[in-house]
Amino acid sequence: MYSYSDFDAAFVAERNRQFRAQVERRIDGSLTEDEFKPLRLMNGLYLQLHAYMLRVAIPYGTLNSRQMHKLADIADRWDKGYGHFTTRQNIQYNWPQLRDVPDMLDALAEVQMHAIQTSGNTIRNVTADHFAGAAADEVADPRPVAELIRQWSTDHPEFQFLPRKFKVAVTGSPNDRAVTAAHDIGLRIVERDGEIGYAVLVGGGLGRTPMIGKVLNDFVPQADLLPYIEAVVSVWNLLGRRDNKYKARIKITLHEHGIDEIRRLVEDRFAETRQAFNGADLALFDAIKAQFAAPSFTKRPISDFERAYESDPVFRSWADTNLSDHRAEGYAITEISLKAHGATPGDATSDQMRVIADIAREFGHDELRISHEQNIVLPHVHKADLPVIHARLKSHGLATANIGLISDIIACPGMDYCALATARSIPIAQQIATRFDELKLEHEIGALKIKISGCINACGHHHVGHIGILGLDRAGVENYQITLGGDHRADMALGGRTGPGFSAEEIIPAIERLIGAYLDVREGKDEPFLDTYKRVGMAPFKTALYGAEDAKRTKAA
Amino acid sequence: MPKPFTPKVITANALLSGEVVYLTADDRWSPHLSDADLLTDEADAQVRLLDAEKRSHEVVGVYLVDMVPGADGPEPTHFREAFRRTGPSNYAHGKQAELKRSA
Repeated sequence: MYSYSDFDAAFVAERNRQFRAQVERRIDGSLTEDEFKPLRLMNGLYLQLHAYMLRVAIPYGTLNSRQMHKLADIADRWDKGYGHFTTRQNIQYNWPQLRDVPDMLDALAEVQMHAIQTSGNTIRNVTADHFAGAAADEVADPRPVAELIRQWSTDHPEFQFLPRKFKVAVTGSPNDRAVTAAHDIGLRIVERDGEIGYAVLVGGGLGRTPMIGKVLNDFVPQADLLPYIEAVVSVWNLLGRRDNKYKARIKITLHEHGIDEIRRLVEDRFAETRQAFNGADLALFDAIKAQFAAPSFTKRPISDFERAYESDPVFRSWADTNLSDHRAEGYAITEISLKAHGATPGDATSDQMRVIADIAREFGHDELRISHEQNIVLPHVHKADLPVIHARLKSHGLATANIGLISDIIACPGMDYCALATARSIPIAQQIATRFDELKLEHEIGALKIKISGCINACGHHHVGHIGILGLDRAGVENYQITLGGDHRADMALGGRTGPGFSAEEIIPAIERLIGAYLDVREGKDEPFLDTYKRVGMAPFKTALYGAEDAKRTKAA
Repeated sequence: MPKPFTPKVITANALLSGEVVYLTADDRWSPHLSDADLLTDEADAQVRLLDAEKRSHEVVGVYLVDMVPGADGPEPTHFREAFRRTGPSNYAHGKQAELKRSA
């Protein structure tokens, strides 16, 4: 993985020194809150409902064990002994004190981490496929280019006061696990005639106006990539609607001007930016790429794995659910669920972080990934080690066998923490997981993605959930709208609303009725929820939710 | 016709801790909603708000919010303020833990 150069280390140290002085000036009264707020946001510090919140970037979701240990130490020393992993591969601390934040940032710098540009109208943390460097279906590892973009975008002088935030995601696999079509720029690594290049999608995003990204260019060669995306951001920086923050994102710019006009403007600007890049970016890319060389995989028998798989049904269930295909023979990508039934999605205690870090160091080539689905990935594990790993995870409440199932729910912090939220998300996720665990139905139900957002900004990706739940405030009461048929993958689809929402008391029984309808109408266990929905449409689900008569009346909804 | 004024308290987050605080009758910031001054006169509420907003060395994000009188001081009329008074519902963190300890 990438290791900071002297330049990087000095840059972060200087930035931390500046922020420490800014915090001091805020406390001694020489900065007003209006002056301080944009400064703290650029360094990842929010003020939420009950306390400050520090959002720390985990670039392209990659961590080593030393970094994970540091995250645990920070949670213990300056927070309440846990952290919350987010849908954009960040970790959030929910309870820091203002005076402590500079020390937290210095502690992060010790392990080459920071919170720069995790908020504010800047280019945010660059995210990537959480199976990067390990997936069997990968064209190329997306992390080197993600790191290149991080370096280019960090403190980029032209892009510190953008019309709005700007998010970039990269996938190196045709099976998009990085939700690239819901990003301001989504990059898909493709191969053409033996040459690696990038399909550039622009203008995707969820939020109050969900839009699926459009292909601006289906093949940008490596040599042109940085000047090309600089041209995209530059065009938007001038065109973007600064008069209205709800219309400022590039998805609206693209919608208002049309993709052909944007493409023309980008090409014009690219003719200029290309001249300004002298090849240093390519040399840098090669140097970065060398640091992401794959670990040396070994060939060993997997008999220990097979024995456990045959003899231990708990292990078998976990292996069937939480493992994915690795590109090296004998290896598996192992997902550690942060969705124990009834737990807060994405939360890990400091003890759990340390257990996971130690497993990564001992068995996993010292590598970890954070997924946008709020789970932790051991990307490189030899199957022979899995029985020992499973036993260790199990003794720390980390062996829940539910990856991709109904209880593996994405949920934003919602009104339990977030100042923007209009309703709670976490308790809804907890109750759904607990209920279906009681019913012992989740393996029978099979692949199903429930995604919950506590407001229209859609941090919980509800638009692309097979079942999406959006929490709103309806006349002073929490109300939950359901959408069906969303899909977060390469051929992204936005879910359709079923009709009127449900109260907090009604929403769990409503989900139960939906699942009952699915089990009734599916063509056997091999037809997952999303396929059934595509085959039969909304009608049986509406009937299950609202009754036969009301379903007809809500047709227009 | 203008809407009749409904009773309100002044609330904010403490600058250093970020904790939710309420303005008391003697112009202190208290972490307890029960200590808050329930303002029933609109002109008074606006002046108190202006004065409170000047105290930016102590608090952030000062605003007036609807409350109703209760047996133990002001009570929230909206669930958001009920969460701010108590803390998150997934862990016993924030006020629900800290105020119990100090009680």
